[in-house]
Amino acid sequence: MLFHLKSRIFATAAIAMVAVVAVTGCKKSGIDPFPSSGAVRGWQKTGETRTFAAKDLYQYIDGDAEQYVSAGVISSSTSDYKYEGQLEAVVDVHFMNDAVGARKIMDTGKAGDAKEVTLGDSGMAFAQSIIFRKGPYLVRIVAYESTPETQEALLALARGVEAKL
Amino acid sequence: MKNRRDFLKTAATGAVLLGSSAAANKLGYAAALDLHPQAGKSKVVVAHDAAVHGPGGALDEKRVQALLDRAIASWTGIENPVAAWKRIVPVGKVIGLKVNGLGGKGIATHTALTQAVCERLQQAGVKPGQIVIFEQRTNFLQACGFQHTDNAGNIRMLSSEIYGYEPQQSSFGSATIKLAKALTLCDMVIGMPILKDHSMAGLTFAMKNMYGVVDRPQDLHPNNCAAVADLNCIPAIRDKVRFTIGDAISSVYDGGPSFHPERLWQPNALIVGEDRVAIDHTAWQMLERKRAEAGMPTLEAAGRPPRYIATAADAAHKLGVNDPQRIHLMEV
Repeated sequence: MLFHLKSRIFATAAIAMVAVVAVTGCKKSGIDPFPSSGAVRGWQKTGETRTFAAKDLYQYIDGDAEQYVSAGVISSSTSDYKYEGQLEAVVDVHFMNDAVGARKIMDTGKAGDAKEVTLGDSGMAFAQSIIFRKGPYLVRIVAYESTPETQEALLALARGVEAKL
Repeated sequence: MKNRRDFLKTAATGAVLLGSSAAANKLGYAAALDLHPQAGKSKVVVAHDAAVHGPGGALDEKRVQALLDRAIASWTGIENPVAAWKRIVPVGKVIGLKVNGLGGKGIATHTALTQAVCERLQQAGVKPGQIVIFEQRTNFLQACGFQHTDNAGNIRMLSSEIYGYEPQQSSFGSATIKLAKALTLCDMVIGMPILKDHSMAGLTFAMKNMYGVVDRPQDLHPNNCAAVADLNCIPAIRDKVRFTIGDAISSVYDGGPSFHPERLWQPNALIVGEDRVAIDHTAWQMLERKRAEAGMPTLEAAGRPPRYIATAADAAHKLGVNDPQRIHLMEV
């Protein structure tokens, strides 16, 4: 009888631990994915990180928020960056419910002129932007101008973000 | 053309105004702005300048001013820019400029265009303190090149996040909203949208820009933003927003309303007129032509046809015309 009770307690505790690990392991909600100034050569973080819960996402990307919500976004964070004091860019990190949601959003942005890059689970680069996904994270980095260095600089920043996910 | 620093200086110190007759302006204003489409064809001017972006892609501010002048001259039939503007705006009234910076600074109403309009407004007799540049959110306003600033006697740059909304609701059909105080304080508003594809509405331009004058635009998104026409019928919007200077200098033809540089397109044009429906119809056709050229499906095939344009023209709304036979399109 005592043995059965101990077994049941052990089993319940094991299930609870697995659940906790699953939740914290998948969500990694404490992650700061934004490289600090100088962490990636040439890049300065020029703005505060702003984070929007799914219900408030319209405050940042009104008009686009719905597609992220329907794909299971939990929160989105954004910060401005500047490269070598000139090239301005914005980094958006969308934290989705799961990898399927990140893939769904990324697939809608696929285009023929994209160049595949080795970033996270999948990455695409354009002349002025990079998008990649890693687990439940979808990252989009956009530069506001196109210079000869833009793509390489964006790729370096993207790798800096990826390393923090 | 003033640079940004000069513009802000002028905004802070007041501009030199050219003399004008209030009575003549009032008469001219009424004559020019015939809001009843059944009176004749709606005139829409599309003014182009392939060289408005200079070498390296930077916007040539002098050419922006010249492009604006050409568009307004063609629409009014008056060559002198100041005289032309006097036909459009009433003297002694508060004039709002509803810019659009929702997509971020990569795809916001160009600062140089807004500055050019402000300059001509002042030359036409509108005092700096009677000009209100406004947007829904502070960061949207910043994307258009302006900081929230509300100083008496100067050009006012208002974020509705700070300036607020009317306490009472306004309704028409499916749209029940609270209006931005920045809109209600104006006697006349000039819509200054930027041409974009929109993930739900299909197209965002003249009429969709009004989602930025309400407290909860996200509530108006269902059914491909079907509420656009109803929203534009709310009396304060219908009556005050009497002219559009549409920024089609840059555009995104897919992936909008956010900035997608890989889908950036430079039509190098302004689309100008008083009939918001005819303007949106014209912009829609431009967008479809670009999408076809890029090998993309039509907005209908993509599942987001801008049906609100036809709705806005129907007997229940009568906001303007969408029949090409009733649009006098001038390409200059």
